[in-house]
Amino acid sequence: MSQPAELNIERIAELSRLALTPEEKTRFSAQLGSILGHIEQLAKVDVSGIEPTAHAFPLNNVWAADIAQPGLAVSAALNNAPAQRDHMIVVPKVVD
Amino acid sequence: MLMSAPLHFQTIAELSAKLSVGQLSAVELTQAMIARTKAVEPRVHAFNSFDEADALAQAAASDARRRAGQSAGALEGIPVGLKDVIAVAGQPLTASSRMLANFVSPYDATVTQKLQSAGAVLHGRLNCDEFAMGSSTENSAFGPSSNPWDLTRTPGGSSGGSAAALAAGSAVATLGSDTGGSIRQPAALCGLVGLKPTYGLISRYGLIAYASSLDQIGPFARTVEDAAIMLGAIAGHDPRDSTSFKTSLPDYRAELKTRRGPWKLGIPKEYFGAGLDPEVGAAVEKAISFYRSQGCEIREISLPHTQYCLDTYYIIATAEASSNLARYDGIRYGHRTSSAKDLLDVYQKSRAEGFGDEVKRRIILGTYVLSSGYYDAYYLRAQKVRTLIRQDFLNAYREVDALITPTSPIPAFKLGEKSADPLAMYLCDIYTIGVNLAGLPALSLPCGFTQSGLPIGLQLIGQPFREADLLATAHAYEQAHGWNTQFPSL
Repeated sequence: MSQPAELNIERIAELSRLALTPEEKTRFSAQLGSILGHIEQLAKVDVSGIEPTAHAFPLNNVWAADIAQPGLAVSAALNNAPAQRDHMIVVPKVVD
Repeated sequence: MLMSAPLHFQTIAELSAKLSVGQLSAVELTQAMIARTKAVEPRVHAFNSFDEADALAQAAASDARRRAGQSAGALEGIPVGLKDVIAVAGQPLTASSRMLANFVSPYDATVTQKLQSAGAVLHGRLNCDEFAMGSSTENSAFGPSSNPWDLTRTPGGSSGGSAAALAAGSAVATLGSDTGGSIRQPAALCGLVGLKPTYGLISRYGLIAYASSLDQIGPFARTVEDAAIMLGAIAGHDPRDSTSFKTSLPDYRAELKTRRGPWKLGIPKEYFGAGLDPEVGAAVEKAISFYRSQGCEIREISLPHTQYCLDTYYIIATAEASSNLARYDGIRYGHRTSSAKDLLDVYQKSRAEGFGDEVKRRIILGTYVLSSGYYDAYYLRAQKVRTLIRQDFLNAYREVDALITPTSPIPAFKLGEKSADPLAMYLCDIYTIGVNLAGLPALSLPCGFTQSGLPIGLQLIGQPFREADLLATAHAYEQAHGWNTQFPSL
């Protein structure tokens, strides 16, 4: 396992799409360092030959009949949009 | 003979009996609940909001159904509060986050529809830790709730508002959600019954997702019988949740009286070690003695991977959270920053402004354990350890019917006591998280008070989809003790 010191907060914040302040970066690094230090003990467990569990009771291939169902009305779907116009969500310009 | 409790402290069973003979109307009961809510809320802050006119309209509709001889079901006219992560069409749904401060739900959760079908009067949006991440409600963006037994202490979390509202008499029953103990721990700290059902028994459709392989909705109630009534109302397969199970459902309330012990009960030795408060330990030992006196066989068992539960949980839960919370990008709904220069800026600033510290920490940790180069060492390894943890429980159930443990290692702690130390806060969940990793049903019920008058919770852990047995085991204890007839003086 990696050493907790390797947590590159700049990189992880970027991947997380979180704009952190310098103070947050310092504080979260220290706090996550101690949590990762605790987590290191998992390296002691012998997991050879053990299958991973994603769900306690996995259900695979849950099928539903392909029948159209009524969905949300456009106005209801857009009701929580931060900005909207003409039945569309308004976003900042993405191409120059 | 016992004096009848004030209306706001009565049970679903008691109030339903009064409603059915016309001794009380749903409107009168709802008015009493709203009056009580207004009286105690300035001190308790269990609610993020409540809609008085809407609740009274639902109550009037309930009375009209009853007059027409068309009572809907087991909760007809009963005011029930919902944790603010469960969707009710037309009502706020905030997850106690700035991110969703102005969000109004466009649709109902399945449990919401089921409660309505059973005749419940939905009353209020209950406070919780932001996105259900925490053990004290101190991570709520709208301020913490207080424990009705001692207002300087936490009601627990994350479903702390659901527990505080019920303990304070502002609702007759409530719903919470439990990802690592978020129903059972606040139930223990507030002297209530809290049930986390088997993963897949309750639909998660319309529940704001935190960690999808662990999240489960469940009830808070004053008695085991009330919890059985609530479970009966909300359980069942839902085609809109592909992880919900098709399983036959017993009449949980009726089964309380037909399923009797003696049971074989296991005491996992790892749950009684360092960190357990002596008064909590003594109360749980007394409860074990009670079961032994009733002819139950008590057997010490071992869950050898218990020490790895916390780490496994914080890898899996944060990994799932980092994925689930990626949807809050400031585009389609939720908070959008007003100071962005480009699209990436919208994402990064909206999320930075919308999320609180604990949510940010968990997203960062979850992103890290899933990131390239670390996935195998953390996430995949945690999933394998999860297999071992689950096998521990299934092995135990070859020998015993259920397990008895403390719910929380400590009684309600002071607000502010642990909020600066995330790891200390995480340790509140050491007896509850294994159950979520293994997908098992478990409940907390009151088993006494500390010298200073704080409630203590007993955890019973059952076998998958055997809630009826679990509830009956708890009912046997409750019937022989009177803990739930004591109320906070508020």
